[in-house]
Amino acid sequence: MVTTVQDSSAHVVRGPATTAPPPTARRRKGPASRRHDTWVAWLLVAPAVLGFGVFFAYPMLRGVYLSFTEFHILTPPVWTGLQNVQELIDDGRFWHSLGVTAYFVVLSVVLGVGVSLVTAVVLHRLGVGTTVRGLMILPFLISGVVTALVWTWMLDPQLGIVNQLITWIFGEPVMFFGSGGWAVPTLAALNVWKSMGYNAVLIFAGLQTIPASIYEAGRIDGASEWQMFRSLTLPLLRPILVMVVILNVISATQVFDIVQVSTKGGPADASLVLQMYIYDKAFGQFDFGYAATMSLALFLLLVTVTFTQLRMARAGESDTN
Amino acid sequence: MNLSMKLGRSVAWGYLIVVLLITVFPFYWILRTALSNNFAMSTDPSSLLPVDFTWGPFKRALGLATPAEAAAEGGSGAKIDLALALWNSIVYAGLLTLCTVGFSALAAYAFARLQWKGRDVVFGVLLTALMVPSVFTLLPNFVLMKDLGLLNTFGGMILPGAFFSAFNIFFLRQFMLGLSNEVEEAAIIDGAGPLRVCFRIVLPMSVAPMATLTLLTFITTWNDYFWPLLVTNDESVRPLTLALAVFKQSSPQASLDWAGLMAATLVAALPMLLLFVVFGRRLVNSIGFTGIK
Repeated sequence: MVTTVQDSSAHVVRGPATTAPPPTARRRKGPASRRHDTWVAWLLVAPAVLGFGVFFAYPMLRGVYLSFTEFHILTPPVWTGLQNVQELIDDGRFWHSLGVTAYFVVLSVVLGVGVSLVTAVVLHRLGVGTTVRGLMILPFLISGVVTALVWTWMLDPQLGIVNQLITWIFGEPVMFFGSGGWAVPTLAALNVWKSMGYNAVLIFAGLQTIPASIYEAGRIDGASEWQMFRSLTLPLLRPILVMVVILNVISATQVFDIVQVSTKGGPADASLVLQMYIYDKAFGQFDFGYAATMSLALFLLLVTVTFTQLRMARAGESDTN
Repeated sequence: MNLSMKLGRSVAWGYLIVVLLITVFPFYWILRTALSNNFAMSTDPSSLLPVDFTWGPFKRALGLATPAEAAAEGGSGAKIDLALALWNSIVYAGLLTLCTVGFSALAAYAFARLQWKGRDVVFGVLLTALMVPSVFTLLPNFVLMKDLGLLNTFGGMILPGAFFSAFNIFFLRQFMLGLSNEVEEAAIIDGAGPLRVCFRIVLPMSVAPMATLTLLTFITTWNDYFWPLLVTNDESVRPLTLALAVFKQSSPQASLDWAGLMAATLVAALPMLLLFVVFGRRLVNSIGFTGIK
């Protein structure tokens, strides 16, 4: 169990790393090996290795173990085998929250990466300076808590400025956080607002690596702006877009703070994302064993999704190069 | 420039202006609300300027207003010790950032510039952490902190992230691999050992990427909510993000003191905004740089 988890994650690691320079062991032409390097080297990596072991590897193994136990914090865990897994399969609320999470992820990634891409291209084509890009990353600097507070206030049905505007145009306010249908799209919009600038700056940096001569050649061939975007910009931007999509999927799947501060999963579980449900199980009902099982499920899901995305991205690479 | 190109540029500028407005407007709205009288605001909610201008909300947020003053402007009884929360955030984010960047730099040097047996294996193992989402280690780490008796201490908040960061090590190693060997070799010929080379030559040459990581780690830690939520339930160590959420939850739902809440929000976001004013340009370039790497 554990080994498969580590194998697949190790595999995933190599994906984004391919955008970086190739492994460099061979490239290194440092001074010839000196024997006393070895103990100095171990001394220097000791804190990192210790931190890895105590606060990463050990908790990870323990998390897997706890997934198969009944554990309520105050008494030691009791091994229950697959009972938690059975409970998970029968737990309608778990599947519901998985659906909510998927809905949230799809909305915020499609919308978020779409808007960020358009914004980056516009910034690039208009040749706008660093100041504008600086303003764009402002939301990245503030916490999810602040984001949720401000937007809860701005979207307030009675006094919020956005709903004032909506009432003025359409005659009645929208219950953004208070209605089952609006809750998840609203949260996704908040997430897009918060991450858009950061993504745009990442994509912009990718655009800057594309040599201008390619566009000149395209223009000489009579290509339109749209054609150049489709057949030059997009293919050349693929590695960085894949990275941005994966980073966004990973962070959106783990969304918690904006939900906890604004809707708390409501109304009537409409925005109960998985992380919210896990938190509720662990710290609301002190059912740690089951919460660990859900974390494990979420983790396996993330690994699978990331792996599939990388596979798909690679499969598409051949026809563009 | 022909007509369609002109049109295209206007559309692009229009789009950009709309995006910028949506990005920046909430920040203005925090300020506008924080300078309004909470009672008066409900009579004129769409005013773009502060309604019945007052410093009251800031006084309430900072705990300087008397109960009578607070009640007169629609404040609730909820209090927040912003100064303490600010200090807690500085300690938490500051210490964690210092430790994690420092230890990562040492490890990165060993991985990039020293030859030793097992180097590539150890590096490969550490790198597996890059793709494991934090969600999976959070609960067991909480149990570990509880076992160690570190709940509600800075130790409990900082330790799990202090020693090891796969991304930081990877990022700094990448940079150090690109440094030229000449100065290093000259120092070795002069009899300098690997530690001396590390502290006197390689680390000083890596100040720029280390500053980048310091900035990014500090921002992420400052804004972190989930981990402090798990390991603290006491005001004495609670950082700003958490204090704000508690402040909102402890206010009565029916008549929320939005003005006071926004004032507190502004105070909480202020350090980040200052950081932005000072390092904004550098930050934009850093983010791009981490992406290309």
